[in-house]
Amino acid sequence: MAVPTYATPLERIWHYSYLVICGLIFFFLIAPIVVIIPLSFNAEPYFTFTDRMLSFDPEGYSTRWYRSLLTFGMQNPDATGWAFWSDAWNNANWVKAAKNSIIIGVFSTILATVLGTLAALGLSRPEMPFRRAIMAILISPMIVPLIITATGMFFFYSNPCELLGIVGLPTNCGRLAGTYLGVILAHATLGIPFVIITVTATLVGFDQSLNRAAASLGANPRTTFFRVTMPLILPGVISGALFAFVTSFDEVVAVLFIAGPEQQTIPRQMWNGIREQISPAILAVATLLVIFSIALLTTVELLRRRSERIRGVTPR
Amino acid sequence: MANALDPHAAIATTATGLTDGALRTTDGMPLVRALARSQKRARRRAFLLVLPLLAFILITFVVPIGQMLQRSFYNDGFSAHMPQLSQWFDDNPRGAEPDEAAWAALATDLQAAAEARTIGIVGTRINYDVPGTRSLFTSTGRQVRRGLEPPYQAALLDINDDWGSPALWSAMREASSPVTSNFYLAAVDRTRADDGSIAPVEERQQVYVMLFMRTFWLSLVITATTFLLGFPIAHLLATLPMRKSNLLMILVLLPFWTSLLVRTTSWMVLLQQQGVINDILVWLGVIGGSQRLQMIYNQTGTIIAMTHILLPFMILPLYSVMRTINPSYVRAARSLGATSWTAFRRVYFPQTLPGLGAGALLVFILAVGYYITPALVGGSSGQLISNMIAMHMTDTLNWSMAAALAALLLGAVLLLYWVYDRMVGIDNLKLG
Repeated sequence: MAVPTYATPLERIWHYSYLVICGLIFFFLIAPIVVIIPLSFNAEPYFTFTDRMLSFDPEGYSTRWYRSLLTFGMQNPDATGWAFWSDAWNNANWVKAAKNSIIIGVFSTILATVLGTLAALGLSRPEMPFRRAIMAILISPMIVPLIITATGMFFFYSNPCELLGIVGLPTNCGRLAGTYLGVILAHATLGIPFVIITVTATLVGFDQSLNRAAASLGANPRTTFFRVTMPLILPGVISGALFAFVTSFDEVVAVLFIAGPEQQTIPRQMWNGIREQISPAILAVATLLVIFSIALLTTVELLRRRSERIRGVTPR
Repeated sequence: MANALDPHAAIATTATGLTDGALRTTDGMPLVRALARSQKRARRRAFLLVLPLLAFILITFVVPIGQMLQRSFYNDGFSAHMPQLSQWFDDNPRGAEPDEAAWAALATDLQAAAEARTIGIVGTRINYDVPGTRSLFTSTGRQVRRGLEPPYQAALLDINDDWGSPALWSAMREASSPVTSNFYLAAVDRTRADDGSIAPVEERQQVYVMLFMRTFWLSLVITATTFLLGFPIAHLLATLPMRKSNLLMILVLLPFWTSLLVRTTSWMVLLQQQGVINDILVWLGVIGGSQRLQMIYNQTGTIIAMTHILLPFMILPLYSVMRTINPSYVRAARSLGATSWTAFRRVYFPQTLPGLGAGALLVFILAVGYYITPALVGGSSGQLISNMIAMHMTDTLNWSMAAALAALLLGAVLLLYWVYDRMVGIDNLKLG
């Protein structure tokens, strides 16, 4: 990226201004995410840096918004010791939302990963019929606007057995809207495209002769899968699972339409918080989520490198 | 005897000598059929791996959307609960004055609907076309349950004069058939006049076409800004040495992995009138303390926040294409006398077009359907068509209207998706 020796002075000037422009764009990408971290420690309920913060006065900083996350919704926030923590665990709104997000995220991720990995294995076989069309259908939950998906799910989950009426079966089975199962199924649907994309990408360089070699040495298909295929595609599967988890963890539209008050998740709680009276406590949540995404990004990046190494793909 | 001495000829003889000249496997099956059979088995096995997921997606995603879209042209809210009046509309041509038989049918149906407690559904259906009529139906329902004496026309008009309104009768005629195109007409700001002709709705009620235009226009603007901001970044990342570009790539991937709501919240915090950006501008003296910029709750807010959110979707495809461009082409052009601008314009840029097409289509598709960000930072002038669908779903409860708007939006998105698949191929979709 150095300036070539034959560059004219004008080109040199352009080159350095180009670097400055790129710097500004990187700033645009990162600054909004970073700026909320110090703001979440603001001692005042403002969304900007106070004079005390700018002069690095410790008085200007406080962890009150983090504390309020823990206590918001508690029955007795002034309790101490064990009573405080058990009250927070059972009643604090954000804690409950976090529990819900994790439960829903984990189960929908498992569902999406198992189904998605199997399908990706099938799709990557050269004999697969209608490959393109099926792939297009399986990826579509990522492309179809979420509001349309959520609207469709709203009716379907309110009365999932309505369909059975077409073939003359009783149509009054239980509703899935407002249940954990409903939200998990919906989130699995939305996470599946990510699993398919990452796992098929891993399988692109997969050497099918390894499977044949295992079979010729007497391994049955099950052994071949668990001892040969799985270890090789595992990094792709894990990063697909992480994508599916993040999708579920960040999803708000479907939750707004099909979840009941029991299934309050972190994004939904944030949505309510932003829509009503935005309080700096939201910034504390946001900061925690940013740290969470940094951890995830690091994991995915490490997995990608590992996957490239064990598949013998030289880094691009 | 020459045959016996030549081993190749011997094999040929045995092979052809068997029966019909086809090669066979050891168990005597023609090779062609054996191959076809094993191919078929392999195909079935591949398909069986995909089947569970395909069934899952069909049940939880494709069918629900289809079912929802059905509501855009099928609404039996009126016809199912007002059978006699619907029958009268069927028997009498458009433009026929309601006679006593019609009024009698109306009275009987109202009475039956009030008994069955379905009159609210009926009123809601008519309320879509003639706002304010839901209460007319429910209040009349309460009164007719006490009994109604003929002549029914006089009796109903006695309860409420509004029953004589031609607009109401016209709306009831439209609703008397469960299959209707009226919601689609409404979604493009058209309405069916009393005589059945299609006419534009009143000017102050024309919202949907404007909203569709705005959605497409804002998506185009966002696609253009992501291109302007994403191109230099992708180029820088593609030309830097691996080690440096991997480091800088983190700056692109971190926003990509950060929660949508977090990013939207940050922009709300930054762009507020008492927020960081306005504070900096005031401090710099660019603007006075009293003339703080309104950058949020309008189109500006939507454009800024969505550009930020969708920028990685432009950078990543551009980057992966730019990585494959051989730098010696540009050097060759330079050595042949091209200026750096010409070399860029005629040699480098055309090679980036596949990445540009992929990124632009992806950003546009995602932008057209966005809901969360415009709802939070868009105010009233930054709302997109998705927000209107959500409004009809949760506030006005006009689900057929929401379905019709969704159908139009979905049509546009699927068309773009098809183009994307054609141009780029969905298998080439990469994440991170």
